[in-house]
Amino acid sequence: MPEPAEIDVAHVARLARLNLTEEETTLFQTQLQRVLEYAAKLQEPDTSQVETAAHAVPLFNVFREDEPRAWFTAEESLSNAPHQANGLFVVTKVVE
Amino acid sequence: MTLSDLPALNVAELQVLLRRREVSPREVLEALQKRIEEIDPQIGAYLSIDFEDAFRQAETADVNLPLGGVPIAIKDMISVAGQPCTCGSKILRNYRALYDATVVRKLRAAGAIPFGKTNMDEFAMGSSTENSNVRPARNPWDVTRVPGGSSGGSAAALAAGEAFAALGTDTGGSIRQPAALSGVVGLKPSYGRVSRFGVVAFASSLDQAGPLTKTVRDAALLLNAMAGHDPRDSTCLNESVPDYTRRLGRDLKGVRLGLPREYLVDGIDRQVRAAIDAAAAYFQSLGAEVVDVSLPHTDYAVAAYYMIASGEASANLARFDGVRYGHRAEKAQNLFEHYGRTREEGFGPEVKRRIILGTYVLSSGYYEAYYDRAQKVRELIRRDFAQAFEKVDALISPTSPEPAFPVGERSADPLRMYLADVFTIAANLAGICGISVPCGFAQMEGGTRLPIGMQLLGKALDEESILRIAHAYEQSTTWHKERPPLAENAHASAAAAASAARRPIQL
Repeated sequence: MPEPAEIDVAHVARLARLNLTEEETTLFQTQLQRVLEYAAKLQEPDTSQVETAAHAVPLFNVFREDEPRAWFTAEESLSNAPHQANGLFVVTKVVE
Repeated sequence: MTLSDLPALNVAELQVLLRRREVSPREVLEALQKRIEEIDPQIGAYLSIDFEDAFRQAETADVNLPLGGVPIAIKDMISVAGQPCTCGSKILRNYRALYDATVVRKLRAAGAIPFGKTNMDEFAMGSSTENSNVRPARNPWDVTRVPGGSSGGSAAALAAGEAFAALGTDTGGSIRQPAALSGVVGLKPSYGRVSRFGVVAFASSLDQAGPLTKTVRDAALLLNAMAGHDPRDSTCLNESVPDYTRRLGRDLKGVRLGLPREYLVDGIDRQVRAAIDAAAAYFQSLGAEVVDVSLPHTDYAVAAYYMIASGEASANLARFDGVRYGHRAEKAQNLFEHYGRTREEGFGPEVKRRIILGTYVLSSGYYEAYYDRAQKVRELIRRDFAQAFEKVDALISPTSPEPAFPVGERSADPLRMYLADVFTIAANLAGICGISVPCGFAQMEGGTRLPIGMQLLGKALDEESILRIAHAYEQSTTWHKERPPLAENAHASAAAAASAARRPIQL
């Protein structure tokens, strides 16, 4: 088992689109490093005979008929929007 | 008894009065409202309540339905149409659900009245309800201590007589652990037994909704209404639903119970250990056989859980982007700033920590070492249980290694908080069912008594067995009848105030 890599909290926070304060970054750095050191024990058991489990319950290919049905109106869908106009969600500018 | 005594009743008792027309659904709600107004400022069990809507529902309630006219508190993670669903988070502070979760729709169809949303750790991440971004909830047995979590509001409401029954969700113990710490019953159904549609997702391969109640029979009554296939949740199993009250009785002859030897290790509070040993001996006197079993991969469960749960959470919480719903940062100059600040301002510390951890374990280069590895270990844990259940009908353990801890004691040490989930977590990884029932009290310095919970784990989809075993134990003990002094006092003062307008009710 390789030594657990040093987690770079500032980098991961950028990947997660989550701004952190400097204090949070430092605190999480220490706390999560400890959690990952603890998680190193996952390398101990022999898993060579084990398939990766995505679920505890075997369920495959659940399909339903592709039929139209009544759902929310545009107005209902917008009812929780923090910013809307003309029946549309307003987003922050993406392109110049 | 009088109307002011009503909130102390359990669901089955309340139904008797409702069906005999001794009380009306409206009177039940009025008594509940009074109790909540009086006691909840000390407890913080509720985040929002809509009595106006509840009284409207009460007008047309059919008391002959399975849960007819029974008010039910709903964890604020589960959608109730037209009501807030904050998940204890600032990011959903102004959000209102547009539709009922399937479990809520089913409870309504059974006649129940959803009336209020209960407090919780933000997005169900925590074991104390201290991570609620609205306010922390307190333990009715000692308001300087936590009620457990994350469904701490639901558990505290029941213990304080502010609810008849409640819904919670359980991703790693979030129904069972607060039930144990607050002295009530909590049932986590098997994965796929209950629909997750309309339940805000934390870790999709682990989450299940379930009941918290005052008695085991009530838990069976609620599960009857909640369980079953839902085409809107592709992981919800298409398996028939038995009447979970059918096999409730007292006799445990022929039942085999297992004590997992890996669970009875150092680090368990002395009084908790003594209560479990006493319960195991007691089961034998009820006719059950108690044997040692082994779950060899127990030591890896907490690590596997925090890799999987955090990974899935980081993906699920990506939807909170400040566009379609929820908090949005003001005056962002570009999209990165929009996302980064929206999420910085909206999420609390524990959620941020888990998003970072989850993003890390899913990221390129670390996925195999952490997330994929954890999923393999999960399969080993599932096999441990499958082997144990070849020998026994259910497993007994403490629900939590310790009784309720003081508010603030653990918040600075996340790893220590995580490690206390050791007994409950494996059931979610393995997809099996579990229930926590009161099994004793810890005597604390200063005379405070804190409830102790016993966990029974059963095979996937065998809720009938753990309900039967838990019920037999409960009905031959008196732990579930005890109420916290705070609830007794509220009860006594309400009774005195109501004595002028006394109206006797035959129970």
